[in-house]
Amino acid sequence: MNKLKPLAKSLLHSRLTFSLVILLIVVVQNIITTPTFFNISITNGLISGYIPDILDEASLLVIVTMGMTLVIAATGGVDISVGAIMAIAASFCGLLLNGPEYRTDVFHSPYLLALLVGLLGGALCGAFNGFLVSGLKIQPMIATLILFTAGRSIAKQITHGQTIYIMNPVFKWLGVQIPGIPIRTTIIVSTVIVIIVALLTRLTSLGLYVQSVGINGSSSRLVGLNSRAVKFMAFVICGVLAGVAGLVGSSSLGSVNSGELGLGLEMDAILAVALGGNMLGGGKFSIAGSVIGAYTIQAITTTLYAMNVRADQLNVFKAIIIIIIIVASSDVFKEKIRKLTRGVFGKNVSIGG
Amino acid sequence: MKDKKIINRMNAEPFKKRKNLSNTAVLLLITISLFVLLYVISLFMFADSNFAKYSVFFNLFNNKAYLLMLALGLTVVMITGSIDISVGGVTGLISMVIAAMLMGGVVSAMWTIPVALGIGLAFGIVQGYLVAYLDIQPFIVTLSGMFFARGMISVINTQSVPITDQLFMSWSSAKLYIPFLFNERRNGTRDIAYLTPAAIVAILVLIVMIIVLKKTKFGRSLYAIGGSTQSALLMGINVKRTKFLAHVLCGLLAGIGGLLYTLFAPSGNPGNGYGYEIDAISSSVIGGVMLTGGIGLPIGTLFGVLINALIERVVPLLGIVEASWPRIITSAFLFAFVVLQSVLVSASQKGGFKLMLPEWLRLGSKNNARHDI
Repeated sequence: MNKLKPLAKSLLHSRLTFSLVILLIVVVQNIITTPTFFNISITNGLISGYIPDILDEASLLVIVTMGMTLVIAATGGVDISVGAIMAIAASFCGLLLNGPEYRTDVFHSPYLLALLVGLLGGALCGAFNGFLVSGLKIQPMIATLILFTAGRSIAKQITHGQTIYIMNPVFKWLGVQIPGIPIRTTIIVSTVIVIIVALLTRLTSLGLYVQSVGINGSSSRLVGLNSRAVKFMAFVICGVLAGVAGLVGSSSLGSVNSGELGLGLEMDAILAVALGGNMLGGGKFSIAGSVIGAYTIQAITTTLYAMNVRADQLNVFKAIIIIIIIVASSDVFKEKIRKLTRGVFGKNVSIGG
Repeated sequence: MKDKKIINRMNAEPFKKRKNLSNTAVLLLITISLFVLLYVISLFMFADSNFAKYSVFFNLFNNKAYLLMLALGLTVVMITGSIDISVGGVTGLISMVIAAMLMGGVVSAMWTIPVALGIGLAFGIVQGYLVAYLDIQPFIVTLSGMFFARGMISVINTQSVPITDQLFMSWSSAKLYIPFLFNERRNGTRDIAYLTPAAIVAILVLIVMIIVLKKTKFGRSLYAIGGSTQSALLMGINVKRTKFLAHVLCGLLAGIGGLLYTLFAPSGNPGNGYGYEIDAISSSVIGGVMLTGGIGLPIGTLFGVLINALIERVVPLLGIVEASWPRIITSAFLFAFVVLQSVLVSASQKGGFKLMLPEWLRLGSKNNARHDI
C-alpha cells in the first residue's frame, strides 16, 4: 500500500495520464460497440482489422508529430508549415518519377534518387524555417507562416498545377505494402521513425541539448551550447520528417495532389504534442507522450467515423474532447479538485499530491 | 503664468528625453512608408489600368473592413503575448448563422447584429476563461475554438445558403458617397468614391481601439502584461482579468468582423472565413505587432491590412492569372517584411543603428531644442 501511493501520486501528476485514460475510454467504447475490434484477418496478403487500421491511419500524424515535438521543445514555438512541406517533398519526388507526364507507369529516374530528392526538399524547407528562427530571431509561428501560405502554391508550381498519378506498383511500396511483408509499410515506417527519434534523443546528447535550449536559450548559450545550431537542427529534422510523411502519404494514395496532401495535419500534430503532456512553451519533452497523443487523436477520429459522424462535423466533437482533456489535465483545475476533495475528506486524503 | 509653464516643462524634461526611436515607432514607420511606397509605385505602374482613382483607394477599406476587425482583435491579444486562431472560424460560423437565420424570412435582420456579437462574445469569454484563469496554452484553446466553429458550420448546413433578406441586403449594398472625390469615366459619367456601412463601422471601431489602447488603464495594462507578466503583477495589475478581457475583446471584434464579412459577401458558405486567422495574423505582424507581446499599435495594424488589400488588388493587374501566384507573392512579401523588421529591431537594440531622420521628423525628440531656454 505504501509503495502504491507514490505511484498513484506520480500517475496523477503526470500530464500524460489523462490522454492515456482517454485512449483507454475510446478503446473500451470501441470494444463495446464493435465486437470485432480485436479481430485481425489477412486479406490480400495484408494484416487488416480495426487496430491495424488505426495504426495505419495514424502513421503520417505520428511521423510529423516526432518533428513537431523537437521543434516545440527547442524553440517554444510551433512549426505550422509541415503540411505544406509534405506537399513540396512529394511534388519533388513525383516530378522526378514522372518526368513531364502526369500519368505514367514508367519511372523516369531511379526510385531511390527520387525519394532522396524528396527528403532533400523537406530538409531545405526545414533549413529555411530554421534560418529564419535561429538566424534572424523571428518567432517560429510567424517564420513558418511564410511556408504555410506559400508552400502549397510552390508545390503546385513544381507539378505544373496538376495532380500527378504514378501508376508504377513500386511507388506503392512505401505507402501500402512491400510484396511479401504482411504488415502495411506505413506502420513499419512510422515505428522505425519513432525508434530512430527516441534513440537519437536518448543515446546522443541531442535530447539534452534540445531540452536545455528550450528551457533557457541564453543560459545554455552561456554554458557553451550553440543554441542557434540546436534550434536550426530541430527545424531541419522536422522538415525531413515532414518530407518522409509526404512521401509515405503520396505513396499510399498513388498520386501527388499538392492541394490536399497533409492538409490540416500541422494542427493535429501540435494537438498531439500538447495531448502528450508536453509544454508548448518549450523545454521538457517526451517522445512517448507525443506518440500516445497522436494515436489518441487518430483513435478518436476513427471511432467518430465509425459512429457515422460526417467528416466535416468531426471537428466539433474533436474540439470538445480536446478541451475536456486539456482542462482536466491543467494544473489549476487539478488544484481546484484537490481543494474540493480536501474539504470533503479532511486533510489527510489528498488526490494528485 | 508663462514662466510657470516653462518651469514645469523643464522639470518634466529628464523623463521626456528620448534620443532614439522606440521599436514600436520604428516598426510603425516602416509599415507606413512601405504602404505609401507600394501605393505610389502601383500608381505609376498601372496608370493606364484605372488604378489612379479615388474609388480604388476607398475600396481598400470597403473590401477589407472585416479583416481590419479580425486583425485588431489579434493585435489586442498579441500585445498581451497571447494568440487567437479561432477568428477565421468564428467569421465563417457567423456568416452561416446569419444566412440560416434569414433564410425563412421570419426573423428581422435587426437580430443579426446581437446574434453576431453574441457568438463572438461567447467564443471570447470561453476561450478567455480557459486561457486566463485555467492557464491553458492559448494556441491549443483557440485551435479547439477554430475546430469547433468550423465543425458547427457544417452542422448547420453543408450547402451554400444565399441571403435574400431585403433589409440586410440594403445594408450590404448601401453606399456613402464622398463629395468632391470622383474621377470622370471615358463615357463622361462620374466614378465617385464611396464607403460602405461596413467600412464606416470598421473605421469607427479602429478609432475607439486607438483611444482604448492609448488612453485607458485597460489598454496600458495590456502592454504591461505583454512586456513582462512579472513586472505587471508587481505593478498591481490584475493579470488574469486583463488577459481574460483581452480575449473577450478579441472575440467581440471577431463578432463584428463576422457581421461585416457577411455584409461584404452576403451568403453562408461552408468555406467562408477559411484561413482568415492567418491573414489577420500576417496583417498584424506587417503592422508591427510582435507575437512575443508588448509591442504594436492599432494604427500599424490598419496599414498592415491596407498593404494586404493592396497586394490583393495589384497582383491581378500584373497579368498573373494562375491562382497560386498571389499567395506566393503575399508570403514573399511577408518574408521580406519580417526579415526587415527583425534586422532593424536587433540593430536598434544593439545601438548600432540610427534612423537618419531630420530633426523635425524624429518622434519623441521634440523637446530637445528647448534645452537653452
